[in-house]
Amino acid sequence: MSNETHLHHPNYVKVWAVLVVLLAVSVLGSLTSIRWLILITAFGVAVVKAYLVAKNFMHVTIEKRFVPYLLVTCLVFMALLFAGVAPDVMKHSGLHWENSAAKQAVESGTHNAAPKHE
Amino acid sequence: MSKSIANTRSATGIPSARLITWWVIASEIVIFGGLLASYSMHRLGHPEWQSSAAHTNTWAGAFNTLVLLTSSLSAVLAHKAADGGNGAQAAKYLRLTILGGAIFLAVKAFEWTTEIREGFTLPAGGFWSFYYTLTGLHGLHVLAGMLIMLVIAADAAKNEELQRVECVGLYWHFVDIVWIFLFPLLYIAR
Repeated sequence: MSNETHLHHPNYVKVWAVLVVLLAVSVLGSLTSIRWLILITAFGVAVVKAYLVAKNFMHVTIEKRFVPYLLVTCLVFMALLFAGVAPDVMKHSGLHWENSAAKQAVESGTHNAAPKHE
Repeated sequence: MSKSIANTRSATGIPSARLITWWVIASEIVIFGGLLASYSMHRLGHPEWQSSAAHTNTWAGAFNTLVLLTSSLSAVLAHKAADGGNGAQAAKYLRLTILGGAIFLAVKAFEWTTEIREGFTLPAGGFWSFYYTLTGLHGLHVLAGMLIMLVIAADAAKNEELQRVECVGLYWHFVDIVWIFLFPLLYIAR
């Protein structure tokens, strides 16, 4: 984004309308019981919506190059955190260890998670 | 009163105020990213959380998404007005954005009240701990954005410090993006 000249502003209302349509797709997808469709319409569409906001409202793509690099670096840190910690959290046992508390929580969790009045 | 040039000088090619805003957003990515990553890995490791997630109000979440997307539109229109030197118009759009934030928080308060009344409190389970932490932290960011915008709108109405309009807009769009991911994670994935 130029510092000296005025920014070329796209048609923001059109971008907003696309975002609203994508929101409708997410909600409609959630009404189905097809798991893969729900995942695509929820998370796939969320990524597209976030990209549209970052590109058109935040103007990331025309900002100085080090700004998108900075943001992507932070996202990579997030991915590293996930990759480093997730195996211990998502798995409840390994070759020489067992997280019995987590296993028990999963087994009895349905009853514990449900509200008492149900 | 002499005017500080710190906000408008640009040793890096980006005005300092905007550069600082990007750094704030970068640090926020790590904060929210860490929380979202933690929630995701726990959610994948605990399929029993599905029964808790089924109690969140998808329609309220969808309505709030619409509200935030619309408030992002008014924030970027405020930036456009400020870019054209029209401070009064920028202030008007910023106040519309604040209204959007207020509606968002009102709906969130309604949701929390309903959920707490039904017994889904913060210690009710792992899902609810993450739910209140994520939506609470996000709500605080919405509130902070509204307060900052109030100050910036007052200055913009007098055609002063118009460069700040873009900065607060960038922050607001980031808060919008965080919600774009919170919505499917907390309201749709069941």
